[in-house]
This record gives sequence, structure tokens and C-alpha cells, in this order.
Amino acid sequence: MAISFDKALGVHQYALEARVKRAEVLANNLANADTPGFKARDVDFQAMMQRAEQTVSGFGMTKTNEAHMDTTPVGSDSGLLYRTPYQPSVDGNTVDTQQEQARFMRNAMDYQASFQFLSSKFAGLTKAIKGD
Amino acid sequence: MSLGNIFDIAGSGMTAQSLRLNTTASNIANADTVSSSTDTTYRARKPVFAAIQQSMLNPDTQGLGFSSSQGSGAGVRVEGVVESNAELQMRYQPDHPAANEDGYVFYPNVNVVEEMADMMSSSRSFQMNVDIMNTAKSMMQRILTLGQQ
Repeated sequence: MAISFDKALGVHQYALEARVKRAEVLANNLANADTPGFKARDVDFQAMMQRAEQTVSGFGMTKTNEAHMDTTPVGSDSGLLYRTPYQPSVDGNTVDTQQEQARFMRNAMDYQASFQFLSSKFAGLTKAIKGD
Repeated sequence: MSLGNIFDIAGSGMTAQSLRLNTTASNIANADTVSSSTDTTYRARKPVFAAIQQSMLNPDTQGLGFSSSQGSGAGVRVEGVVESNAELQMRYQPDHPAANEDGYVFYPNVNVVEEMADMMSSSRSFQMNVDIMNTAKSMMQRILTLGQQ
């Protein structure tokens, strides 16, 4: 009987990966806070988690050949989206520094939560193996 | 590990902002540099920022849910430094050693108030990038403790 880490850890490992991805996107928004014409972006977290759940449940489509078409829908839930600006700016930049920083911090907190879940899963596994 | 990318992104932001701070320092230092002709007068310098696209660096990056055409971006770069085209200040100072034959000297088109505001803005942006780097660092340090009791 093989131990499946995917089944033991559930969706948390994907959540953690998605949080890291989102931190990267938000960091990029903040680094470009003074770049003219830059459009702020964010990830559609729900869509990412849905994809991860498909992977966990085994119903997701996998590419086994390069000629296979991409089945992820284009547009609404294909990962990266553009943010709707609160107010227009003269140079076409849509980064709201304070908003982005708040989101970045929130994301870092959510990352810690996901990490805690994952860490507890490992602690549980260790406990089960040791049996004490 | 894509947490490492955050260091690159924040680092590029810090580089860009410190270059902006450099041009501001140069502009303020030369705010009173006079000259006797328009060609040799100092002109205010401004950096031009542009976003780096990840696809430019590594075309086959494919992460969770991102297709290669829409990578999350890879920070900011300075495309160049341009000189301001604003009009130079011409002052009638016949006693000035650098005055031309008509008695005029040329002062740079540096607006000191504008430069001070620019300096504050770039220093704040720099601080923000440092904050991001610190957060990414603590996230990374946490992942190293995974599985520990």
C-alpha cells in the first residue's frame, strides 16, 4: 500500500502555492507603482483553488501530448486578471499603492494560515506513524 | 520556488527607485548651475520606468494556472533617463562672470519643489519594496520550519 501525500495533505499544499503566486503578482504591482501605463493585476483565487481541487479529486484534464488543446477557459477564470481602478490617473497606471499593500499583507496572513494547516497535517502524520 | 521571484521583483523596484533618487539628487545639486548658453546649461533629468514581462526572461515558465503568455511579471526596469524640455530660466545679470554678451545667464529648468516631492515619493516607494522583501523573507523562513514540531 502506497502512501499518497496528495490525499493526506488535501488542498492545503495547492493553497500555499497559490498564495505564493499571488504574493508574487502583488509584489510586481507594488514594484511598478511608478511605471507609466502599468496595469495592476491580481489572481482569481477561487478559480485557482477549483483547479487544484480538480487535481486532488482526479477529475482534472491532463495534457499527455503537446498537440492537446488547453482546456482552461480563456478570460474570466484563467488565472491573471486586470484590476478595475478606483480612479483614473494621468499616466495610465492603475496601481493603488495602499490597496495593494493591504492585499499583500492580507495574503501573507492567509499564507500563514495555510501553512499552519499544512504543518498540522504533517504533525498528524508523524503522530500516526509514531503511535504515541 | 517562486518566493525567490519576489526578491528579484522587490530588488528591481529598489534599484529603479534608487536611480530615481540619484537623478533627483543630481537635479537639486545642479539647481543653481549657471551657464552662458542654452546648449551647455544643465537640464533636469527624469528616469523612465517600464515593466519587465516574465515572458521576456523565460518564455516557458508555466506555473499553477498561468499560461506562459500571462506570467505574473518580473518587476520594473529603467528604460532610460531623459532630459526635461521645459524652458530654461534666462536672467539678466550683467555682472555675473558667466553672462553672455547681452548680459544674460541661463539657469537650469529644475523645479526644486517638484524635485523634493519626487524625492519623498521615491523614498516611500523604496521603503515599500523593503517591506515586501521582509515579508517574503519571513514567508520563506516559515516554509523551512514545515513539519517541525
